[in-house]
Amino acid sequence: MNTIQSLSQLLAAGQASSVELCQDYLARIQTRNPELNAFITVDPERTLAEARAADARRAAGQAGMLTGVPIAHKDIFCAEGWLTTCGSKMLSNFVSPYDAHVIEQFKAAGMPCLGKTNMDEFAMGSSNETSFYGPVKNPWDTSRVPGGSSGGSAACVAGGLAPAATGTDTGGSIRQPAALTGITGLKPTYGVVSRYGMIAFASSLDQGGPMARTAEDCALLLNVMAGFDPRDSTSLERAKEDYTRELTPTPGARPLAGLKIGLPREFFAEGMSADTARAVEDAIAQLKGLGAETVEVGLPNSRLSVAAYYVLAPAEASSNLSRFDGVRYGYRTPEYEDLTDMYEKTRAEGFGAEVKRRIMIGTYVLSHGYYDAYYIQAQRLRRLIADDFTEAFKSCDVILGPTAPSTAFKLGEKADDPVQMYLSDIYTIAVNLAGLPGMSLPCGFDGQGLPIGMQLIGNYFSEAKMLGVAHQYQLATDWHQHRPALSEEKGVRS
Amino acid sequence: MQWETVIGLEVHTQLTTQSKIFSGASIAFGAAPNTQACQVDLALPGVLPVLNKGAVERAIKFGLAIGARLNRTNVFARKNYFYPDLPKGYQISQFELPIVEGGSIDIQVGEGDKAETKTIRLTRAHLEEDAGKSLHEDFHGMTGIDLNRAGTPLLEIVSEPDMRSAKEAVAYAKALHTLVTWIGTCDGNMQEGSFRVDANVSVRPVGQKEFGTRREIKNLNSFRFLEQAINYEVRWQIEQIEDGHKIQQATVLFDPDTGETRMMRSKEDAHDYRYFPDPDLLPVKLDEAWIDQVRAGLPELPGAMRERFQRDYGLTAYDAASLTSQREMARFFMDTVALAGDGQAKTVANWLQGEVSASLNRAEKDVSAIPITPGQLAGLVKRIADGTLSNKLAKQVFEAMWNEGGEPDAIIEAKGLKQMSDSGEIERIIDEVMAANAKSVEEFRSGKEKAFNALVGQVMKASRGKANPAQVNDLLRAKLNGGA
Repeated sequence: MNTIQSLSQLLAAGQASSVELCQDYLARIQTRNPELNAFITVDPERTLAEARAADARRAAGQAGMLTGVPIAHKDIFCAEGWLTTCGSKMLSNFVSPYDAHVIEQFKAAGMPCLGKTNMDEFAMGSSNETSFYGPVKNPWDTSRVPGGSSGGSAACVAGGLAPAATGTDTGGSIRQPAALTGITGLKPTYGVVSRYGMIAFASSLDQGGPMARTAEDCALLLNVMAGFDPRDSTSLERAKEDYTRELTPTPGARPLAGLKIGLPREFFAEGMSADTARAVEDAIAQLKGLGAETVEVGLPNSRLSVAAYYVLAPAEASSNLSRFDGVRYGYRTPEYEDLTDMYEKTRAEGFGAEVKRRIMIGTYVLSHGYYDAYYIQAQRLRRLIADDFTEAFKSCDVILGPTAPSTAFKLGEKADDPVQMYLSDIYTIAVNLAGLPGMSLPCGFDGQGLPIGMQLIGNYFSEAKMLGVAHQYQLATDWHQHRPALSEEKGVRS
Repeated sequence: MQWETVIGLEVHTQLTTQSKIFSGASIAFGAAPNTQACQVDLALPGVLPVLNKGAVERAIKFGLAIGARLNRTNVFARKNYFYPDLPKGYQISQFELPIVEGGSIDIQVGEGDKAETKTIRLTRAHLEEDAGKSLHEDFHGMTGIDLNRAGTPLLEIVSEPDMRSAKEAVAYAKALHTLVTWIGTCDGNMQEGSFRVDANVSVRPVGQKEFGTRREIKNLNSFRFLEQAINYEVRWQIEQIEDGHKIQQATVLFDPDTGETRMMRSKEDAHDYRYFPDPDLLPVKLDEAWIDQVRAGLPELPGAMRERFQRDYGLTAYDAASLTSQREMARFFMDTVALAGDGQAKTVANWLQGEVSASLNRAEKDVSAIPITPGQLAGLVKRIADGTLSNKLAKQVFEAMWNEGGEPDAIIEAKGLKQMSDSGEIERIIDEVMAANAKSVEEFRSGKEKAFNALVGQVMKASRGKANPAQVNDLLRAKLNGGA
């Protein structure tokens, strides 16, 4: 299994160059991407130029730990010289003239970009079916969705097309696809990763994070991504942390001794498929075996999180997406009578159905006479939901539950039923509303051989602790090492 | 029926920061289109606003200067509407929690000795970003967009509907203009759009409590247009009502060429701006230390200075108000009085409002361009006080100072403009004049007072204007009354 960590060792030992690694991944992208559709843009020359620079840096003795290790970036991150579409026809011609903060950080670390990954249009979706560039297929079963909105990033990591990828999570868009594709993904505390250059969906909820094979890899990647950025006013000014610091706690048979895991009764009450319930129960037993205790906690308002989210996120989105007007960049309708006609046609043609639905919802809830009943009320709920977590964390260190109610569903299965689709994120949304860190990691398979994910939720800034727990679980289990048949690693050095 | 006019003003003042309110781009006027618009101003995908503290500081300064309440927590909101020169599709402004609330500004109503002070209350002042510019000329059938101005920091200052005439509205606008330039939050340049006025105008029958329906006249960029537009609008509204029509709430534009207002959009077309707090910006917190620091940097304000001038120098309210209408003028006055002595304050005030202002007007220059120094003016005033110069001679010295430069004493010397105050010399001239004008002397002595003036005129002429007129009067009268 190629982890970031193992590739870094290969490079350090001189057993592979960055150019060789990138060539291997690019070759696999060429072979497998036509079926998976995980990438929107691949630019081998650009990737290899970055790889050569990384090798030169290593030769000069200036390599960091991850220098030369390739990574794929969700197409929501602006990257200079790269087509940056956000999965939309609206930006189908937009080559970014600048780098997002996250992209800058990875460039500074010397990690070549393998390509820009497919995603739900403007990150609005839970199946990657709303992309203008077509749906992404789940490597475990290509008749199924990989989840969304970071579906391309999830599928490329699960399918072995990249060792790791960036994602963004507004209501579960890192964790739910990680669960549906059997990988590990982390959404940090709101404000830990700069949003500068990350195309906004819902500004108060959006947060970038890593998607990889293991918790350890996520910790290494978060070390690169996180940090204060004065260009994002919501970026938190805190001292740099080492997110790997809790990956090697006291050795022994009970490494998690003293850890209190909170189990929200609402998460286990209903809605979860039987296979998911069993896998999560097994994981709890396993964690207890490692020394953890469990306590029941209550998140009474979490049932309202989907409702609150589908007021607040569309409200912010309706305003954030106003800049896509055909005036300065992006798509503009070819023929129009006057200004209003240009706006109407550009936006009617440039946006897909789900994006338009959310713009309309958002415009409605912000309208005069409805604002108090919807937006203000949803903000109140948001506060209550956050307060529930604060209360719960008085009696536990991390919270555990399922990531998604079911495993990967069939392409088209929920595409015409937005409410069913929205419920895919029922366990993840509350975490965004509260601004807390959360992660998903593999914990089993269902009867059809599809991966199941469990979710860990930490208190504010407890990423390191959460990663430590996940790491111990991954040392004791091998769910994260299972690979879909599709992605045998021929040709990759390991 | 008797009608009463009710006016409230909304004034957009451009703040004097170096860079934009949410980006690092320059706000200097006159650059080539779109050369001062960075990726944030262009609203590229993914960019975020970062608040310029200098803009907040200027808003605090203004709030302190008008005695307003400063909201220790104030919030930026998004005002959503589509327009090509509004790159984000929303303007970042303040809505529910502006930085400044309340406060007031005093204006002088009436002129001369009849001037009275009236207090105009302010509703609020909030920070916001300006939009770009749409250019319709030079683009056949198309519109050009210049985003240099997009993101320029503005403080929008909203008054209560406290004004009752176009004159009062102009007086308020001028007082506000004086204040913001005085404290340095705005350069006040109206041609460049740094100070733009919207006027909300309504009329009601005298004695009626409720306000009439208002119409808003947008974007007036001179005091003259403000006055013309309001006067036209008031006449128009009264005619409409007297003709049996109702006033519809609307936004109108003033056309300086026709002197008329015309409707831009009615209330039905009004936007629903869907304001909500901008999630990209945290609420702005003002701490006491910051406010105290800004307060410490405030200059003496025009109102306080006006009172001080009346109290300490015995100036009239009108003189004091006129001298404090511009900070440069007030400073020039104080510097001159400091050199000439407090006793000369009234004379200095008269010169500044008389010859100095008139000369500036003729040259179409403002106070900052006065070509003489306070030292020169003080020197001139001293020579008047000690009798060296008559007012008439002083004007000649002033003109020479203004046009050619030089110290007053040097000019007096060089041009021989010294007043003749030697009574022997004057008496000699009087004797000559009386001898040569025996007829006039006779007439005076037979009771024709008029003849006296003729004789004075002859004496002044004979002295080539240099004889001290008071001395001439006294000596001449003494000689005429004293017989031969």
